[in-house]
Amino acid sequence: MAEVLVYVDHAGGAVRKPTLELLTLARRIGEPVAVALGDGAADTAATLAEHGAVKVLTHEAAEYADYLVVPKVDALQTAVAAVSPAAVLVSSSAEGKEIAARLALRLGSGVITDAIDLEAGEAGPVAVQSVFAAAFTTRSRVSKGIPVITVKPNSAAVEPAPAAGAVEALDVTFSEQAKGTKVVSRTPRESTGRPELTEAAIVVSGGRGVNGAENFAVIEALADSLGAAVGASRAAVDAGWYPHTSQVGQTGKSVSPQLYVAAGISGAIQHRAGMQTSKTIVAVNKDAEAPIFDLVDYGVVGDLFDVVPQLTEEVKARKG
Amino acid sequence: MSLRIVVPVKYVPDATGDRHFADDLTVDRDDVDGLLSELDEYAVEQALQISENSDDDVEITVLTVGPEDAKDALRKALSMGADQAIHVEDDDLHGTDAIGTSLVLARAIEKAGYDLVLSGMASTDGVMGVVPALLAERLGVPQVTLLSEVALEDGTVRGRRDGDAATEQLEASLPAVVSVTDQSGEARYPSFKGIMAAKKKPVTSWDLSDLDLEAEEVGLEGAYTVVESATERPARTAGTIVKDEGEGGRQLAAFLASQKFV
Ligand SMILES: Cc1cc2nc3c(=O)[nH]c(=O)nc-3n(C[C@H](O)[C@H](O)[C@H](O)COP(=O)(O)OP(=O)(O)OC[C@H]3O[C@@H](n4cnc5c(N)ncnc54)[C@H](O)[C@@H]3O)c2cc1C
Ligand SMILES: Cc1cc2nc3c(=O)[nH]c(=O)nc-3n(C[C@H](O)[C@H](O)[C@H](O)COP(=O)(O)OP(=O)(O)OC[C@H]3O[C@@H](n4cnc5c(N)ncnc54)[C@H](O)[C@@H]3O)c2cc1C
Repeated sequence: MAEVLVYVDHAGGAVRKPTLELLTLARRIGEPVAVALGDGAADTAATLAEHGAVKVLTHEAAEYADYLVVPKVDALQTAVAAVSPAAVLVSSSAEGKEIAARLALRLGSGVITDAIDLEAGEAGPVAVQSVFAAAFTTRSRVSKGIPVITVKPNSAAVEPAPAAGAVEALDVTFSEQAKGTKVVSRTPRESTGRPELTEAAIVVSGGRGVNGAENFAVIEALADSLGAAVGASRAAVDAGWYPHTSQVGQTGKSVSPQLYVAAGISGAIQHRAGMQTSKTIVAVNKDAEAPIFDLVDYGVVGDLFDVVPQLTEEVKARKG
Repeated sequence: MSLRIVVPVKYVPDATGDRHFADDLTVDRDDVDGLLSELDEYAVEQALQISENSDDDVEITVLTVGPEDAKDALRKALSMGADQAIHVEDDDLHGTDAIGTSLVLARAIEKAGYDLVLSGMASTDGVMGVVPALLAERLGVPQVTLLSEVALEDGTVRGRRDGDAATEQLEASLPAVVSVTDQSGEARYPSFKGIMAAKKKPVTSWDLSDLDLEAEEVGLEGAYTVVESATERPARTAGTIVKDEGEGGRQLAAFLASQKFV
């Protein structure tokens, strides 16, 4: 069976969930071979093997952390040369997309970004995309070269499938461009203890209607009762009430959870672009005409400061 | 000293319009008004600020690859304050994908001459966010992308990138490709004076032959990807909407419980 290269997104050896989703999707089109780079690369092997990686190619070097993007492209290019895969899969983070694009260019291949599903097709893998703020669903494929495809988080349910996961060291020689962009410093984001926004099964978001940074406690309390991540509209972020890294939408994170709760958010097209593929959508807004109500499975017209705390209490009560 | 900044700007269908696909599965540009991709306004703004903060002579060229109407996007950027514009226009460009777009842009940028390429983080139609990285790869210069803050000093560009896991401070020497996010600072509105002045600013038109490109390297024919189908997502079935009369939170909780979220 053809091999499929999967780029591993990990933090010091801890594999992020979107990579496990990629392994699941990769098995539809071939045998997954994982590529893990940087600090802790080898520590990823057990998890990757459990999820179907027949092989794990690893390489550790300071360059991956010290310079932007290009060293990773160099390594993937080396891996492609070693494996001749039927496709390369990368998860759709900002960096993942840049890595994929540069790799595709080097390979003389096409690139498809932000797939929400992947199927085996007669002429190679077919990628499903959700475009124009989720108004259309497209099916596309790469017609030249080795398909390089990035897949959005939450696009597949993770299915374990134990495989050999044999670790092999990759021999990478960095290109001249590798040291072009120096990472002078890096400040890791402080963990909130809540699930990662793009990976969470439930997201609770607040908008301008929350009306103040301190009031986000109301949103956080609901999120915690549901075990959810907290998101925000750009209006809330621009007002400084919540960090930009929590922004949901076209220029923020795109999320696709099982449940999305929008409180005090009007539902502008740019916000919808980032959440419209959520499975179930509920909203609380005091304006019955707010466009968000066109999307909802269940909506409450009312003041969020009455509705959300009551909801939180009821959720806690039901969970016992 | 002089500094040449090229800002690639995209002409896109208005996101608040009814965007859809044409029969050949390319974006239908006839039915929806086009405009300068809003995210590219942030790039024009940062180019203007670099110019205003610099002792050097700074020349800002805005560049678009797109159909006849794409001149509107150039006019908008010129009226914000860019100095001149380049329009790459050719019927054979219809249906060009990201790899092809980056090829045309890179050729035009090289022909124009540049010290800094300053682009938006993503277009508002394709939203791939890959063109800046592709340009850096093609031009063989550093990519300093997705910056929420950018500064230029003595031939070095520095900026802040707010990533998923960390905030990074980046640094590279010119020439380089930079892209900026919508956190980099509000874009200015064109003034009346700016709009009048824009009418007199030079707009150069190039076609494929000016860039030594063949028709089969671009367009649908040259594309590295094919769209096999595009289907409109079925409208969501109308949901239940209740008015809060004191029980709204509990009603919502009951709905969440019925869906097994609680
Ligand atoms: C290029 C570009 C990119 C953008 N990217 C994004 C993006 O990524 N994400 C994003 O979110 N936006 C984005 N925007 C902004 C977007 O257009 C909207 O301005 C934004 O989403 C509005 O946020 P909001 O819904 O919180 O605020 P508003 O539109 O002001 O809505 C606030 C809502 O809260 C309701 N409300 C007020 N008080 C209460 C209360 N007490 N109880 C209940 N309801 C209440 C109001 O009825 C109203 O509907 C972008 C815009 C542009 C131009
Ligand atoms: C819904 C949709 C999905 C698509 N999916 C794919 C895909 O998966 N693979 C693929 O190869 N192509 C795809 N395309 C085509 C792709 O969007 C175009 O080729 C486009 O010109 C380049 O990608 P982008 O607009 O997404 O650029 P982005 O990378 O999002 O744009 C970043 C920046 O590059 C500059 N830029 C981009 N295009 C131009 C231009 N024409 N002129 C001047 N500056 C420009 C701007 O500064 C812009 O802010 C898609 C198009 C659409 C409409």
